[in-house]
Amino acid sequence: MTNRVEVALKSGVHDTRAERIKREALQIFGLKLAKVASIDVYTVDARVSSDELAAAAAGPYSDPVIQNWSIDKPLAADFDYAVEIGFRPGVTDNTGRTAREALEYLCSRELGRDEAVYYSVQYGFKGDVSKEEIEKLTTELLCNTLIQRYSILTKDEFARAGGFPAFVPSVKAGAEPQVNEIDLEVSDEELMKISKDGVLALTLDEMQIIQAHYRKPEVQQARKAAGISARATDVEIECLAQTWSEHCKHKIFAGTVQYEDENGNKEEIKSLFKSFIQRTTKDVREKLGDKDFCLSVFKDNAGVIKFNKSHSLVFKVETHNSPSALDPYGGALTGIVGVNRDPFGTGQGSKLIFNTDVFCFADPFYDKPLPKRLLHPRRIFEGVVEGVEHGGNKSGIPTVNGSIVFDERFCGKPLVFCGTAGLMPVTVNGIPGHDKSIEPGDLIVMSGGRIGKDGIHGATFSSEELNENSPVTAVQIGDPITQKRMFDFLIRARDKGLYRFITDNGAGGLSSSIGEMSGECGGCRMDLAKAPLKYSGLNPWEILISEAQERMSMAVPPEKIDEFMAMSKQFGVESTVLGEFTDSGIFHMLYGDKTVAWLPMEFMHEGLPPMQLPAKWTPPVLVDVKPDLKNDYTGDLKQLLSSLNICSKESVVRRYDHEVQGGSVVKPFTGVANDGPSDAAVVRPILDSFEGVVTAHGICPRYSDIDTYHMTTNAVDEAMRNYVAVGGSLDLVAGLDNFCWCDPVQSEKTPDGAYKMAQLVRSNQALYDICMEYNLPLISGKDSMKNDFYDGNVKISIPPTLLFSVIGKMDDARKSVTMDLKRPGDVVYLLGETADELGGSEYLALQGAIGAHVPKVDAKRAYSRYQAYLQAVSEGLVASCHDLSDGGLAVAAAESAFAGGFGMQIDLAKAVWSGSADSKSDAALLFSESASRLLVTVKAADSEKFAALLAGHNAVAIGVVTEAQSLEIKGISGEAVIKSGLAELKEAWQQTLREM
Amino acid sequence: MKRTRAIVITGNGTNCEMEAAHACKLGGFDDAVIAHIADILSGEIRLDDFHFLNLTGGFLDGDDLGSAKAQANRLKNASVSGSSEKLAAQFDRFIADGKLILGVCNGFQLMVKMGMLPGFDGDYKSQSVTLMHNDSGRFQDRWCYLKNDAASPSIYTKGIEKGIYLPVRHGEGKFVCDSEATLSRLEEGHLAVLKYSDADYAAPTMEFPANPNGAANGIAALCDPTGRLMGLMPHPEAFVHYTQHPRWTRETLPIDGDGLHLYKNAAAFAKKNLV
Repeated sequence: MTNRVEVALKSGVHDTRAERIKREALQIFGLKLAKVASIDVYTVDARVSSDELAAAAAGPYSDPVIQNWSIDKPLAADFDYAVEIGFRPGVTDNTGRTAREALEYLCSRELGRDEAVYYSVQYGFKGDVSKEEIEKLTTELLCNTLIQRYSILTKDEFARAGGFPAFVPSVKAGAEPQVNEIDLEVSDEELMKISKDGVLALTLDEMQIIQAHYRKPEVQQARKAAGISARATDVEIECLAQTWSEHCKHKIFAGTVQYEDENGNKEEIKSLFKSFIQRTTKDVREKLGDKDFCLSVFKDNAGVIKFNKSHSLVFKVETHNSPSALDPYGGALTGIVGVNRDPFGTGQGSKLIFNTDVFCFADPFYDKPLPKRLLHPRRIFEGVVEGVEHGGNKSGIPTVNGSIVFDERFCGKPLVFCGTAGLMPVTVNGIPGHDKSIEPGDLIVMSGGRIGKDGIHGATFSSEELNENSPVTAVQIGDPITQKRMFDFLIRARDKGLYRFITDNGAGGLSSSIGEMSGECGGCRMDLAKAPLKYSGLNPWEILISEAQERMSMAVPPEKIDEFMAMSKQFGVESTVLGEFTDSGIFHMLYGDKTVAWLPMEFMHEGLPPMQLPAKWTPPVLVDVKPDLKNDYTGDLKQLLSSLNICSKESVVRRYDHEVQGGSVVKPFTGVANDGPSDAAVVRPILDSFEGVVTAHGICPRYSDIDTYHMTTNAVDEAMRNYVAVGGSLDLVAGLDNFCWCDPVQSEKTPDGAYKMAQLVRSNQALYDICMEYNLPLISGKDSMKNDFYDGNVKISIPPTLLFSVIGKMDDARKSVTMDLKRPGDVVYLLGETADELGGSEYLALQGAIGAHVPKVDAKRAYSRYQAYLQAVSEGLVASCHDLSDGGLAVAAAESAFAGGFGMQIDLAKAVWSGSADSKSDAALLFSESASRLLVTVKAADSEKFAALLAGHNAVAIGVVTEAQSLEIKGISGEAVIKSGLAELKEAWQQTLREM
Repeated sequence: MKRTRAIVITGNGTNCEMEAAHACKLGGFDDAVIAHIADILSGEIRLDDFHFLNLTGGFLDGDDLGSAKAQANRLKNASVSGSSEKLAAQFDRFIADGKLILGVCNGFQLMVKMGMLPGFDGDYKSQSVTLMHNDSGRFQDRWCYLKNDAASPSIYTKGIEKGIYLPVRHGEGKFVCDSEATLSRLEEGHLAVLKYSDADYAAPTMEFPANPNGAANGIAALCDPTGRLMGLMPHPEAFVHYTQHPRWTRETLPIDGDGLHLYKNAAAFAKKNLV
């Protein structure tokens, strides 16, 4: 029997969900609605008595103080249209799952596999609008038709039908699971058709390598002996496609590059990853000698460095771009809960201590036509922000640092970077916390959620450009609570030594996690029929590659399995033994008794020859843009403060819990009214210690329009100067690189591939160069190389983007420095030199220009300046410090002033100029984004001491903090070039995204 | 001398157990045990062995059915293994024994939805108030000034002069009553312990953002007539040391944060009355 329980707010109770829709309908669609109301609907498809149903409706499903409920009787009233939205069959329905569990507690019995509760929302709209307009509102604001279904009824239709019928979105059981053999003895064309039709993202070369494998006599013989067909099975092909996907295998970073620079010098680079990223770490570690603090780099799900005697730090940053383009909410939510599993699955497991988020979007107020299938940037903004909010907040992990970067090209694909840090004991049960192992005979155990069709082909689809036919199944919805339950259990299992190895199930699902784990001991034998499924009818290949969320894979020694399973049950977490690890050299999959995949480990992991990638650097033709000479730049400053990249992101940041776990020391906002933008975050992860973890990041994709070499050095420097500004130590700091590129593989679709590849080479060269100067080992990272949209007609490629994140330590968090001015009379210092480096700046962007002179980092000088500055911090001499980045000195000064609630007088003539004399101008001094600069204030009494410590580092006093509520900047000539009240500046900075 | 013992229940989505236990220790409890609900339902840990029960912040069951609703249902209906006892009976006994319960944020939502607060006439099972979605429709993490009602029976806030400054971090914190009569009775009994106010702690406010959610009469906290049960939306455990204050780099502050006051009072009460 199927019943509908409806829950509506009592009259007079504020319906915030409906109010928001009413407001947005007007803002986004210009739709004037007289009234919007919402109703929760629980469709109960279970064998329960009417008393039990009523108890559920009156109990867990409704709040008697503010809500009414009904069973099989519509509550909606006073509307012209009713819209009901629920999930499509098989999509994760968290509320439905919780409602089901509540029913189980209430009835004191477990519901059967064929019983369930489904959640949907009903809206009532009143107003003079057409059904078409309601449909538009529904599909473009209220729901995402990829994952949700909707139905619209007019008032009359609703009355005639007696409301919406009870609808059960259960997955219809498909045919019996089967394994298909694939004939690879076909033409090249046919091979490519197999790849394309199956969303395998395998190239012809790769298909041919697979074809050749099956032709080998020794392979054929061995297959015969193993009792499997001579032909490839779909399980094998799908498994290889995952394992060899760009997403999992990083073929571009591993490929062989033929690089030619602007002077025609040629160079062969075997693997950018090995030549630059790994080498950076190796060389920095050698340079550090016995001060090396790296514990585990590149080999695990996240990097591990030392923290103190008892604990190590773990950090990983991931991207989740392609799913977020299709379903911003689900994609971003999965992004954050997905990256949580990385540090959790590193070493023997770590406790998660903070998240970081960086988003790259197009202008949310974009008002031009968009190609089909692309969602409006505002929807992406809203969805991503909310997805990360739910993922982070519900997981109880503070979101401490982040930013939002805007560029029109991100409408092709948004970038969603999610990072998570963890803390692990230095040793767990006598073994280093960051080490783990697998012995043949250990059992393959999967814990957490069940497997469904969600997330099938996620890894392969994100290895292609987004197009009109991108698969719906690639989208998953995360469930932070199921994951949290699993973590609660597993961290305890870790401490009891109940498993030997742990890793997460992310891209590629079991094929990837068990594939990699098998590499540790040399093989596995796993029965896919044992895997717990959300619904029946999955084929073995789907079980193997599904990216259904909230799952970890473990290697459990046989003697511990009973204890492991008992504890799992006690914590309400499902765990299943799927098979065992072996040393057979074979990735051996069964379905019941039948062998369905038999792949030599060596072929899986080493069978792919490196890609050959041409790269040719031709510097772009740049037009030098001289800024207009003006007497007054106050208007320009206000415009900059209001620009999307600089304006306050407070409306977003306040939605993220940045204080849970109690260790917050430097928060995202600081200053007299708690609303000035902090440069970096400081967290105390161990509450009875004052040791702090410091994290910061740098990102500046606009500079890529000039030269990715300098884009990269500036991103690294920005991360470091933010980190240093709050007081992070240079003795223990590590970096993470996240490359998000547009497809750099030369092809018909990408005729400028060689240029884009050269951009990637230059970026890698820069990374090595600057990290060596900054003693900055890279401990982990990720690349996402196909951030393009292409529908055969329009192509949108993102600007090459590097997010550089740093994590490090501060011995005493009580010495942290914030960016707000502290008191009148303090002396204002500018550290570092300024040049005419407006190229790629926010200032020129205001005029729609790029310019030519991109900021160049002098890393040697910067590093020693940072060292001297940190000495001043440790001596308690620094009152405030703010880094100079987007918008240059003028923006930094304005932010420090209105954050602190004090004015500032600055004399530009005193600033150190490192450019040519004839290029010196007020505009360049105000808005140039020259690197490695800090704006510091110091108590007048400490000024002399500070100046002495910074001698030789281009630190000059350029002004003073004043009681007056205004910012006054004198130009080179001695006349004021900026003069404004702080309130106006702050308003300019806060207004842009306040209502988002 | 017997030890004073605090317990912090965790599991199914609680988030603040670590800092809550830390606050209990700092406040003076001899023991602060973080117990997973699975340990309690298995009978391994019994509430009877503790004096101070902390129901902490978090997102119990994702707040999927409305904040804390699913946990309220679980605690009412779940049985403890190996006994015929419902978990609810342990709670009843805890209250009847004159022990202390503090619910913070999600824990406050849980207490209210289980009917533990306001606890008129010794009835700890009937819901008469609730916490609903913020007027802004948004989750908010911001610091708020909380005016203290010195005449309140709450044992936790004794000695607070004017008020305290704490962070709120919630999406469902708007306090509402089922009737005007309930609200009047709360006010008359001085059960609305803390109210959102401006920085001077002079009067309750309805203005956003000082009142972050639109709570009726600015009510941020509630206690029962005995003063031993209290719930509040702001997080006292998040301000026990000055470095947690958002402006510690610019203001001269005492080492202890305002929130510690509640835990010190609880520990002192337990020492005096419960061991």
